[in-house]
Amino acid sequence: EHPEKLIDISIAILFAITMLSVRNSMSMRAANFKSIFSMKSMSSDAIEIALTRAFETHQIPFEFPSKAVTNKEELLNYFKIMYTMRRMEITCDTEYKARAIRGFCHLYDGQEAVAMGTEAAFDEKDSWITSYRCHCIALIRGGTCESVFAELFGFKEGMSKGKGGSMHLYSKKHNFFGGQGIVGAQVPFGAGLAFANKYNTKPGDPMPVSIAMYGDGAANQGQIWESANMASLWKLPMIFCIENNQYGMGTSKERSSSNNLYYTMGNHIPGFRMDGMNVLMVREGMRKAKEWCSSGNGPIYIEVDTYRYHGHSMSDPGTTYRNRDEIASMRTARDPIEFVKNLLVQNDLVSSQELKGIEKDIRKEVQDALKKAKAGEPLSVEHIGTDIFTEGVSYIRMPDRTKSFGSIM
Amino acid sequence: MNAMIARIAPKALSQNAKNRTIIRGMATVNMAVREAINRGIDEEMERDERVFVMGEEVAQYQGAYKVTKGLYQKYGERRVFDTPITEMGFTGIATGAAAKDLRPVMEFMTFNFSMQAIDQVVNSAAKQLYMSAGDINIPVVFRGPNGAASGVAAQHSQCFAAWYSSVPGLKVVSPYSSEDAKGLIKSAIRDPNPVVVLENEMLYGTMFPMSDEAQSSDFLVPIGKAKIERVGSDVTIVTFSKMVGLSLEAAEILAKEGISCEVINLRTLRPLDYGAVFNSVIKTSRLVTVEEGWPQNGIGADISANVIETVFDYLDAPIERVTTADVPMPYALSLEKAVLPTVEDIVASVKRTTFRGK
Repeated sequence: EHPEKLIDISIAILFAITMLSVRNSMSMRAANFKSIFSMKSMSSDAIEIALTRAFETHQIPFEFPSKAVTNKEELLNYFKIMYTMRRMEITCDTEYKARAIRGFCHLYDGQEAVAMGTEAAFDEKDSWITSYRCHCIALIRGGTCESVFAELFGFKEGMSKGKGGSMHLYSKKHNFFGGQGIVGAQVPFGAGLAFANKYNTKPGDPMPVSIAMYGDGAANQGQIWESANMASLWKLPMIFCIENNQYGMGTSKERSSSNNLYYTMGNHIPGFRMDGMNVLMVREGMRKAKEWCSSGNGPIYIEVDTYRYHGHSMSDPGTTYRNRDEIASMRTARDPIEFVKNLLVQNDLVSSQELKGIEKDIRKEVQDALKKAKAGEPLSVEHIGTDIFTEGVSYIRMPDRTKSFGSIM
Repeated sequence: MNAMIARIAPKALSQNAKNRTIIRGMATVNMAVREAINRGIDEEMERDERVFVMGEEVAQYQGAYKVTKGLYQKYGERRVFDTPITEMGFTGIATGAAAKDLRPVMEFMTFNFSMQAIDQVVNSAAKQLYMSAGDINIPVVFRGPNGAASGVAAQHSQCFAAWYSSVPGLKVVSPYSSEDAKGLIKSAIRDPNPVVVLENEMLYGTMFPMSDEAQSSDFLVPIGKAKIERVGSDVTIVTFSKMVGLSLEAAEILAKEGISCEVINLRTLRPLDYGAVFNSVIKTSRLVTVEEGWPQNGIGADISANVIETVFDYLDAPIERVTTADVPMPYALSLEKAVLPTVEDIVASVKRTTFRGK
């Protein structure tokens, strides 16, 4: 009836889509995702999302919010980052099977909302340490798909120049301390980071927090209680975060833990449990925890209820101790990325078509990163002896001692 | 008097941990090893606000062996504090604090208890720089008494020199004299790498002369350099910590029999100053190693292998090693005495290398 109007609308839509894709590709080029979060202020089109699952609490003296305030830009960013994480981990699976990646490879797909929600709540002064299941956290804290892939390939372009591998990704500049291979050992280390944060803060000022993430498999380690005791005594700004993905390697939590309410394991220390598949709930929970711990109230225990789609590592099919129905139903009912997509679509923020377009772009970005990473090469053998001491070493003995580097005298 | 000195030569006056004014720059003084360590830590804490002391009983109790005496009173709880008896936990905490550029001086009440925490020392601290390709260094000091004391039996008498000095990424030092003790703890604290300081309980009370230079707050003993305690020409004795004293005694006895011993105090076990050992063997052609640890895979075993690989042609006799007996430490005094190396054991080993006597 009004053809000119139709044409106007079409042009407007085309224009909007073009602008959207330009913006998308621009934001994806950010080397790390810090710039995406530099905008903390909420624009006028804020929406409220009810948190449908309650926070389960243990000795918590404060209230949790029942809803999260967000907007299209934020949700889109969460989606893009989490989808990038997902594609990165799936790519690692393929590359491991193709034998481009050796040794251990512990994948995080399914758990993306935990990393994303935490990063959304913290700033870069907050210290972060985790276990060997560290690729996605590394990606947010100083890494890129390219530098993570390159590290897994053992190339010098990798985050640890190929000297660390899958379990040893770090970025001191971004307050990311790995990437630690010994189950549970990251927790006292994390309490040490909290100690430094407190030591370096003027009394009365808010302290940057430290979060140590560990699994249900690690949760019974004695050194965790040792650290919690000291964190409580000394009121360290420390978050003990159990990423409960229900299984420690092949052992379910029911078989490993006489108390599997992990958030209560701090005895008198406050703790809570939340849905680790809901990025908004994770963010809100982490925000409250940061508020609590940075003010000198001492440590807190956080249990995030999450799930890993892959087995413990690439050598574990993940189906001998759990059935495929369980894994499939997680994907259908609780996938963290689907959750964000649904929020975007159901609130009319973005169409499914647009989301498909973004996914396509991200898949391409990850493939491009993979291609670039594959073009790398390992450090030459002379670098075997670097980074042993900060100032270097004058002699590195080799298997054939006549081929040793430097001089023993 | 003090007021006059304060006007004329202000730098000559200083306060020690007991707040007693002492006059420096005047003479060598005798100082116990424990006080030398105390001074070293005190000076470094004054110099660098990031340095702090932690461990069991280090603060209010003044230190189980009084090494940290007075530091809590001087610096307060932020910088000198007691930990619960949870080595694995607080060793990890020290490591994490160091990862963020603090300078923890963490005490193991004895190194026997470090076995509870050895994963943190080796896997978290020692290897961190390497795994991160230089991104994260761990400037932590792990210090405490090592080796046999007296009558403390099997679980409290182990020497950890061989275990820790085998780890790439760790520095390991072991002082003998007060000068060693002060200079090495200061170097260890300033070092951006993790350093294990193996002290010795029996030496804590031993007095040694401290030169002018050693008393100064700038005095450092470099890590990685051995010291020739006694120059000699017939045989090289390589040793560290308490065994330096026994070796010097043995050297005195041997001198009366016309055997001239060169005694090398390693001071550092990692990186070990092989060069000093080689140069000495080139001069003397004979080698005896002396240590308080167990014989298998010990410090002497490593030094022997290296000497044979590098300066074999200079040797005129097989290498001798003197070590503690290959048993857990017994309690009875006579048995303990039999297990530990004695001056006589060292003398006998030297004589075997010189083919004199049985």
